[in-house]
Amino acid sequence: MADDQQTAEPVEEKPFKPSSPSSKLNFDGFWEYNDAPQSTDSIEIKDQYDLFIGGEFVAPEKDRYFDSVNPTTEEPLTSFAEATQQDVDKAVKAARKAFTKSWSTLEAKERGKYIFRLARLIQERAREFAILESMDGGKPIRESRDVDVPLAAAHFFYYAGWADKLDYAFPGKKAEPLGVAGQIIPWNFPLLMLAWKIAPALATGNTVVLKPAETTSLTALKFAELCRDAGLPEGVVNIVTGAGQTGSAIVNHDGVDKIAFTGSTEVGKIIKKSLAGTDKRYTLELGGKGPNIIFEDAPVDQAVEGIINAIFFNQGHVCCAGSRLFVQEGIADKVVQKLRDRMETLIVGDPLDKNTDIGAINSEQQYNKINEYLELGVSEGADMYQASCELPEKGYFCRPTLFTNVGQSNRIVQEEIFGPVLTIQTFRTAQEGIDKANNTPYGLAGGVWTDKGSKIFNVSGKIRNGVVWANTYNQFDPTSPFGGYKESGEGREGGLQGLYPYVKLK
Amino acid sequence: MADFTQTVPIDQVGIEERVARLNKRSIKKESKVQALKLALSMVDLTTLAGMDTPGKVRQLCQKAKEPYAGLPELPQVAAVCVYPNMVNVARKALRGTNINIASVATSFPSGMSTLESKLEETRRVVEDGADEVDMVISRGEFLKGNYEYVYDEIASVKEACGEAHLKVILETGELQTYENVRKASDLAMEAGADFIKTSTGKVKPAATQPVTLVMLEAIRDYFYETGRMVGMKPAGGIRKAKQAIQYLVLVRETLGTDWLTPDYFRFGASSLANDLLMQIVKQKTGVYQSADYFSND
Repeated sequence: MADDQQTAEPVEEKPFKPSSPSSKLNFDGFWEYNDAPQSTDSIEIKDQYDLFIGGEFVAPEKDRYFDSVNPTTEEPLTSFAEATQQDVDKAVKAARKAFTKSWSTLEAKERGKYIFRLARLIQERAREFAILESMDGGKPIRESRDVDVPLAAAHFFYYAGWADKLDYAFPGKKAEPLGVAGQIIPWNFPLLMLAWKIAPALATGNTVVLKPAETTSLTALKFAELCRDAGLPEGVVNIVTGAGQTGSAIVNHDGVDKIAFTGSTEVGKIIKKSLAGTDKRYTLELGGKGPNIIFEDAPVDQAVEGIINAIFFNQGHVCCAGSRLFVQEGIADKVVQKLRDRMETLIVGDPLDKNTDIGAINSEQQYNKINEYLELGVSEGADMYQASCELPEKGYFCRPTLFTNVGQSNRIVQEEIFGPVLTIQTFRTAQEGIDKANNTPYGLAGGVWTDKGSKIFNVSGKIRNGVVWANTYNQFDPTSPFGGYKESGEGREGGLQGLYPYVKLK
Repeated sequence: MADFTQTVPIDQVGIEERVARLNKRSIKKESKVQALKLALSMVDLTTLAGMDTPGKVRQLCQKAKEPYAGLPELPQVAAVCVYPNMVNVARKALRGTNINIASVATSFPSGMSTLESKLEETRRVVEDGADEVDMVISRGEFLKGNYEYVYDEIASVKEACGEAHLKVILETGELQTYENVRKASDLAMEAGADFIKTSTGKVKPAATQPVTLVMLEAIRDYFYETGRMVGMKPAGGIRKAKQAIQYLVLVRETLGTDWLTPDYFRFGASSLANDLLMQIVKQKTGVYQSADYFSND
């Protein structure tokens, strides 16, 4: 670990494989696992998807569609309608009508029943959603099956429960809905982010115009089918597809009472500027550069596993990814050695294979961005280590990557890469670790690894992040609020706190 | 000797999560067949009952040599594991094969006896022809914190083994915590164990995957430090082929492929062999055979 040293020594020459030259673990060759592909026989994907407005699928006014590419094959999977100003206008009107005519006047427990129904329908079609999520977005089926879809259903179940209990959520106050919520979600967890947005909005009596990300709109439109199947009153949920301009049309629409956005800090700043001077409420969940701080007294093997999951979960396309690792000096060599060996067992490849750990990078654009950062890291003088796995010939795949010999001033340490790329720095004292962890414009999530309980409380309280995990990482639960400090966002989603942004209290 | 009063922290939740994650590996087709045969070659076919007789042991040895007549190309099991007074019987029955004879020793399963009689027992079984000795540690002394005693005991048994391989049974079911399992593993390896083994099979819980993972990680750290490969033997409670494959995945992804050989990994089991055979036949023929087609030794 050369971070704090005066003379930068190339990492490759340091004895991460210590004393005995033979003490190298061997992970290749023998007993390779066969392919275990998830069957897609039962999956139906149409050539083209329309907008979902007022309870039905309608063609966009300008009749324009754009392709959605499967990042594993680089072939178009389907095409989505491009919603323009007029379409957004129609959607907002439908949502407004539904808000005044049905949804806000519906008895709260009836509202809850609809949301419960949506939750159950997601569970019933869980495998279908998981497969679609993996095909459209490139995430491994193990994650879409075991994380995205179950959590999305759990979110609906959780907020369905709140629908008729708002008086208890806000004792002594009357919680009233805001009206129409305009919601814009990212491409990293398409269905799950939809659940995070729609479930609390509906539970509090708001109606919704939601725009999924342009590369991953498929599950949102399948969800629209569920809304129809559930008999949800028309116009309560509207889905408009499109890119940045469609999002901008929602943000700037006069008929929208609240904006909920999850995405990049860059776009978040634009949204915040355009909302200035309006009376629209907003919540923003933006980027991050999560620090993972591992102390000498940590359970090292479990910490290594946690670090791996923190950065390589969903190809690193996670706003709360643990992308900066801070290791206390005494165990730095050991941790790096273990990380490298662990990385050799990561399986990178077809997202639909049940054994895949790291799937495809979501889009060509993101793939190029990650590669630019890899080049940047090398040109900044950092030492790059990549797992030796083979990559499929086609598709946007990236090897899991470590950078050592980096410092706070490096761009790869400062900027959000949103890919499977981890930077590793050392620290000597807890204070140094905390200072470095906080020395970033972001403040979304982080982790602390130590066997000592008092240290957990001491350190986690000083890290300026919305979420700090102790001896674990990337744990999500609908009952727990999630959100950022500083440039990582405003407002909280999830839990009781997730209700606030959707109500006026009287 | 390392300082065994220091504890290597183990996070229980983390260990169990890692096992759950590894259990999600989907092993199909050729890789499954390969795993089944590999697992069969790693079995220490075991009979450790007070009512064991020479006849019983001879028949078990017969099974070790020819597990299933229908498939002559199957691998043999690694060893037959018996009580000390059966080593002679097993040696005669296995003459001319390269199946090892493993004998439990050191007052198995409790270990509640004097060091002299343990060493005497060890020397006797080796003299009688045991290639491998499965000793138990003194759990009482360990839990008392008398690590030096346990270390010395293992070291002396190792010496008494001579050329024979020493497997050290930690009896993890009595050690209570993962940290203790880790400490006992480190101790055994430092003292010269060729294998570390989870259980006698007489105490519940016997082998579990999380305990095995803790021990594999101890082996890994020891290997990083010394370059010496120590073997691993989970024993007791592994009855199904599916479990065996899950254990192999644990080994493959923790220690790598060099450990995927009977030289460094064993299953201590009696009924596992039949389930492996049944699955191997199923993979070949496409249908399950009745359990009556497989010998009940």
